[in-house]
Amino acid sequence: MPEQLLFAMEVTLNGLMAGVLYALVALGFVLIFKASGIFNYAQGVMALFAALTLVGIMEGQVPFGHLINAIFGTEIHHFGWHVPGLIAIVITMMIMVALAWAVNQFVMRHLVNQEPIILFMATIGLAYFLEGFGDLMWGSDIKNLDVGLPQGLNSWIDETTFNALGYGFFIDNLDIVASVVAALLVVALVVFAQYTKQGRAMRAVADDHQAALSVGISLNFIWVMVWSVAGFVALVAGIMWGSKSGVQFSLSLIALKALPVLMLGGFTSIPGAIVGGLIVGVGEKLFEFAIGPMIGGATENWFAYVLALVFLVFRPQGLFGDKIIERV
Amino acid sequence: MTMDGSTTMQDGQDGYVTADGRKIGGVIMEMKNITLRFGGVVAIKDISFDIREGEIRAIIGPNGAGKSSMLNVISGFYHPQEGEMIYKGSRRPPMKPYEVARQGIARTFQNIALFEGMTVLDNVMTGRLNYMKTNLAQQAMWWGKAQKEEVANREVAERIIDFLEIQSIRKTPVSRLPYGLKKRVELARALAAEPSILLLDEPMAGMNVEEKEDMSRFILDVNDEFGTTIALIEHDMGVVMDLSDRVVVMDYGKKIGDGTPDEVRSNQDVIDAYLGVAHD
Repeated sequence: MPEQLLFAMEVTLNGLMAGVLYALVALGFVLIFKASGIFNYAQGVMALFAALTLVGIMEGQVPFGHLINAIFGTEIHHFGWHVPGLIAIVITMMIMVALAWAVNQFVMRHLVNQEPIILFMATIGLAYFLEGFGDLMWGSDIKNLDVGLPQGLNSWIDETTFNALGYGFFIDNLDIVASVVAALLVVALVVFAQYTKQGRAMRAVADDHQAALSVGISLNFIWVMVWSVAGFVALVAGIMWGSKSGVQFSLSLIALKALPVLMLGGFTSIPGAIVGGLIVGVGEKLFEFAIGPMIGGATENWFAYVLALVFLVFRPQGLFGDKIIERV
Repeated sequence: MTMDGSTTMQDGQDGYVTADGRKIGGVIMEMKNITLRFGGVVAIKDISFDIREGEIRAIIGPNGAGKSSMLNVISGFYHPQEGEMIYKGSRRPPMKPYEVARQGIARTFQNIALFEGMTVLDNVMTGRLNYMKTNLAQQAMWWGKAQKEEVANREVAERIIDFLEIQSIRKTPVSRLPYGLKKRVELARALAAEPSILLLDEPMAGMNVEEKEDMSRFILDVNDEFGTTIALIEHDMGVVMDLSDRVVVMDYGKKIGDGTPDEVRSNQDVIDAYLGVAHD
């Protein structure tokens, strides 16, 4: 097989894996959007915050350490213990639920029946607040996150492909884990939304507040639940991204990559978020591989947005989005 | 109820028997001296009336009389500044609308509040939410008890869909339905909750004559078949008089009449409110 084709195949595979990670972030957006009609700009920052908290807890870091030291002149940084990954994840999840409660209590509850654009603006505010809050709480240095997920070259794939094709594909174990996790997450979310009482109530609230109240659904409960689930998805995304590239504040920028993903897949479709993520992942890797060298590279920075732009022109609702029907 | 709409009243807490032989039970909801203000505007002024088990109770009045406000008070969307509500024998504290719904008071809205993105069946199924007791994990895994529960709830929903003759649109998204059918789906969703009191906010508003006749028939059938207590608001006098057992008449937030359709029809205040009085 020609070498170029083999390279292209490897690039495609890696693109798929990268796409899964985009899809993980996009999922959080879709979920909140479907459930509450809010486009949650803070989803990426929530992933960052979750990852920061997770690392902080695992390493026994003192929250607000810098602040405490600055005020009291103390020199405390660590509690001096280490928390195992699984327990730290559970604690982090509890913090994300508390965050969900706080977001509803202090922000969203007061914006019932407001225009979507106002809710959107509120989430922008939330994003900046959370970024600053995370910085204050855990510090801004780049941290290493290792919850025990396998990392590095998958030697089985490397060997198998080498024996079959004479060229070993490089696939990161972490990417494979991420794919499995994303698949499980999607199945869980779909089952939750479609087949459970709470899921049905969630869809009802997204559709019509008054009607939801009239069938006995507590809006506050559902909102806290939705933000908690979004927090959970953010935590999963945060773990994956953090394990891959370290927990750093540029993590919140990956949220922006979720935008073109959503435009491709449709803002209201969970499968759409996955497929959109994969298309963006594969597309930008292949484009960089094939066209990049001709135009000086760095196409990964803009390819996704251009693709999204093209989609907006020809299919504004995305691949899987609800068809836009208007009765006249 | 009879064709001429007459009922025979009997004294006492134990209800009365209508002229067509339906037994009306005791008081299920009593409104006592309800006053509702929005800032300086008095929407409801010191109104008392009761709703008895099994009856069709209408609240009528000209536009702006405070009918919808009254319905919103009963369903917990508004909270009156004065007065109290006795529901099933005990005083009802101020409640959120969803708590009222869980207590067995279902309602429809004047401007239709349906889940537009869902199918008719899903909409009706939301009415069963409060009957689902199994936990999240059981439901997600479609486990024994959860499955039985879902099937039972589904049966109730399907029975109501059959009853209201909307089988053919079961799987249609509500947003595609015409107005009259949407009204019927909303009724189905409210009925699915098997309410103790069913509140209908202008069920006939914006309908043509044929649709009105259909809706009237369904309201009577629901009351007859399930024994549901119904309180409805309507400003089409003709329809109300044919439909209801007892009528409260409101005007400018005050109660100006209360009784059987015949009694109300001959009430001078009511006639004045509807036809206007000569000011000389």
